[in-house]
Amino acid sequence: MEKPTPVHGESRRNFIKKTTALTALAVTPGALVKAGENHESIASFFEKTPLKMEINGKAVEVLVDPGVSLLDMLREQLGLTGTKKGCDQGHCGSCMVLVDGKRVNACLSEATDNNGKKITTIEGLADGDKLHPVQEAFIRHDAFQCGYCTPGQIISAVACIREGQAGSEKEIREYMNDNICRCGAYPNIIAAIIEARDSGKKI
Amino acid sequence: MNTEKIIPPFAEDDDRVDGIEKVTGRATYTADFKPANMAYGVFVTSTIARGAVKNLLLHEARNAPGVLDILWYQNCPALPGYRPWAADPQKKGFEWRGLKIFDNNLVHYFGQPIALVIASTWEKALKASALVKAEYIQETFEVDFDSLRKDPSRLKPSGEYKRGEPDAYKKAAFYVESEYHMPIETHNPIELHATIAVWEGDKKLTVYDKSQGPKGTQNELARLFGLETANVRVITRFVGGAFGSGLRSWPHVPAACIAAKLVNRPVRIQLSRRQMFTMVGYRPMAWQKIGIGAAADGTLTGITHHAVSNTSRYEDYREGIVNASQFLYECPNVNTSYKILPLDINTPTWMRGPGEASGAFALECGLDELAHKLNMDPVELRIKNHAVLHPQSKLPWSSKHLLACYDKGRELVGWHQRSSVPGQLTDKGRRVGFGMGGGVFGAYRGNATVKAVLTAEGKLTLMSAVSDMGPGTATAMVSIASGAMQIPASKVSFLLGDTDFPPGPTQGGSATTSTLGGAVSIICESLRDLLKEIALKQVTGFAGLQKEDLEFGKETLFSKKDNSLRISLGDLVKATGKPQLELVKEAGPNPAVMQKYAMNSFSAHFVKLAVDMETGAIELLKVVCTGDGGKIVSPKTARSQMIGGAVGGIGMALTEEALIDLKTGRYLNDNLGSYLVPRHTDVPYIDTWFPDIADPVINPLGTKGVGEIALVGFAAAVANAVFNATGKRIYRLPIKPAMLI
Repeated sequence: MEKPTPVHGESRRNFIKKTTALTALAVTPGALVKAGENHESIASFFEKTPLKMEINGKAVEVLVDPGVSLLDMLREQLGLTGTKKGCDQGHCGSCMVLVDGKRVNACLSEATDNNGKKITTIEGLADGDKLHPVQEAFIRHDAFQCGYCTPGQIISAVACIREGQAGSEKEIREYMNDNICRCGAYPNIIAAIIEARDSGKKI
Repeated sequence: MNTEKIIPPFAEDDDRVDGIEKVTGRATYTADFKPANMAYGVFVTSTIARGAVKNLLLHEARNAPGVLDILWYQNCPALPGYRPWAADPQKKGFEWRGLKIFDNNLVHYFGQPIALVIASTWEKALKASALVKAEYIQETFEVDFDSLRKDPSRLKPSGEYKRGEPDAYKKAAFYVESEYHMPIETHNPIELHATIAVWEGDKKLTVYDKSQGPKGTQNELARLFGLETANVRVITRFVGGAFGSGLRSWPHVPAACIAAKLVNRPVRIQLSRRQMFTMVGYRPMAWQKIGIGAAADGTLTGITHHAVSNTSRYEDYREGIVNASQFLYECPNVNTSYKILPLDINTPTWMRGPGEASGAFALECGLDELAHKLNMDPVELRIKNHAVLHPQSKLPWSSKHLLACYDKGRELVGWHQRSSVPGQLTDKGRRVGFGMGGGVFGAYRGNATVKAVLTAEGKLTLMSAVSDMGPGTATAMVSIASGAMQIPASKVSFLLGDTDFPPGPTQGGSATTSTLGGAVSIICESLRDLLKEIALKQVTGFAGLQKEDLEFGKETLFSKKDNSLRISLGDLVKATGKPQLELVKEAGPNPAVMQKYAMNSFSAHFVKLAVDMETGAIELLKVVCTGDGGKIVSPKTARSQMIGGAVGGIGMALTEEALIDLKTGRYLNDNLGSYLVPRHTDVPYIDTWFPDIADPVINPLGTKGVGEIALVGFAAAVANAVFNATGKRIYRLPIKPAMLI
């Protein structure tokens, strides 16, 4: 077995030059050159898919790259950073949004699969400065500490109540089980959901 | 005693001051920031556990769409902090701790970053990172903790302690001797660690970072890159949990800074969940052997506690795993030893209740085992050996209300129903058991500087460069200031998360409320004094009165002699002719006073659970956590912290275990689908209780902290309840159903 020798970076500094975009530009029709300043954006222009959605009640048109998740589209392209990336694997629930009223882990959903759909994110729950009853209950019961999983918990809680799956405490736990809270606010989350459910307000 | 005045009532309304931001998605965590023209970095990680990178084949990745550059050891510039001898002589003592990313080609563990692909979008960086091919020189690696810890020649001694006669427990009328095993536990906050680096020229750096200590990060980066500290700004507005993983700067932090310089654009690195196992530390594996002996009446005569935990091959990590055994109970003969075992895995770090949480599993299970042998109630055994003076230093505790915790905990959990004979209680065919475990952690206070600004509108703003990973620092500080100044919480704000504010402490060791709250109450005292002076000197009607004649209430300063003589705080500011009053104050402990006392927080956790003897399934029926954390500043958030600690304890006891493959050295379950953290269905209602009695010494508030004691001792309570239910003593965490059938 060969013995590894440490090689330090600074002794072999080696900056490799990048290929330029000049060739690409030379063969591109004039109209498209305007679409971008280098080869990358021209290539992207050809690859992007135009989508139309209703997000938080507003019509949105967006061009997305292939392979972009609904989560990254919301966060990186539309600046809706309330929806959080916690695992990117569908395990933690912090990216939950409502798609046509149903709970979806936005990290597992291709952006392009959501064309024509209605999306509700955490930013779309409150009515201006008036908080949604579930948001109010979360504050009152201190149903979070760091707040990072909270948007997903709240979206999930709203759906849980709307679906009629917030009967007993046991049932709520079962139907909230896709949402991890590492700070461990679970008992307070359950209390908040029960209060919101029984508030008589429209959820 | 403390010369600082204990400040009366805290604000009543203790909803979190950042609650609205958190429930509306407006709270900005590190990866929510997106400076203009930002690029994205994705790591390529090693697929061997030990050796070196011979070569990286980068051609394909470099030519992939959107790729701006690839950073690895061959194009990483020399950093002053990597080579301390070359650095500024004044900073000679500093050398970057732990893995020096991209400094050389050595591979210390599976999953180590060996290159960073930087591209215009995250997807493009991710895609290109998969195109990098690595050629390695492989070496034999070692990751088998359970076997290697038995070879004494591999262990690094890390402290021994002796009081009285060693191994005295063996001569006791009754004694127990057992070995305990704990796996790797990972912090896994739901927020992925992330860093964004933005350079302005070569000398000025702004970094958005998930950190428990922005000032610490600022200092580390300034020294690493040879910059003026004032030219490095660290912004940490919100932290999505950390539990210790944000206590130091990990290699991805400098990597983002180096990358941003390389491509001359801001760069964001957000770790993947898998990388959260290999790049930001974990609670180490631990083996412990504990022997405890007692006389027939339960008086302890000897405790012997040995522990080995793992570290990495490139950095030593130690924690206070055997410390609590030295002082939590009265015992004349105690000896302990602690050793660490280097392995070819990444470096562990402090995780909630570091050391104590692991040690308490052995100590508190050992006591339970001893109580059973003595045919004595486990709570009574602890009360029998309750230490009044600190057994090592013989100093009095500044405050200790642990006995009250035992009493309340017993009452709340229904301890009287417990049978001392295991397996006697049943519920719907399941065996029911009760268990308890005690916890302890140091109560600390450090230095903090706070700035206060009072405006002519009577609004008070406080600021300090701390961050808040979740406990609710700003909420507690607003509560303290609101109470001290008699200004409603809605008119008080606390700004944090930016090194442009005056220096505050790193959030860790349960010391934030003590340290920062202490400083906030001191600055409020100064502000009250200043406002009184202004009234006496510059406001007609107040002339001739003394400071003692004045009191604050309802946003005003008034004369106790004549309640109608009052002026609003805003008008007091106006009286000075300035737009606002500003004060900056540093405050810290008085060592001369502090060294006369032992200072600790204490806890006692109680669990009632049921075990299905057919399936081994465990259901927690009732959980009660009691904690002496001194004065509770913010009851709502303190309760949340206590609940959170218990949930961490549920994970430690029943679900959490990061597994390393002995054949490859890689983590086998590096995701939240198979590394199981507690979920909704694992957690019952949790009752909490605090004596809520101010400590007269530690700080003007009398608060000692609850963050760590919330977890320390909890896993033992579960294991002891499992024994009480089933008669099976489980020595290896997590407790799995298969162990019970």
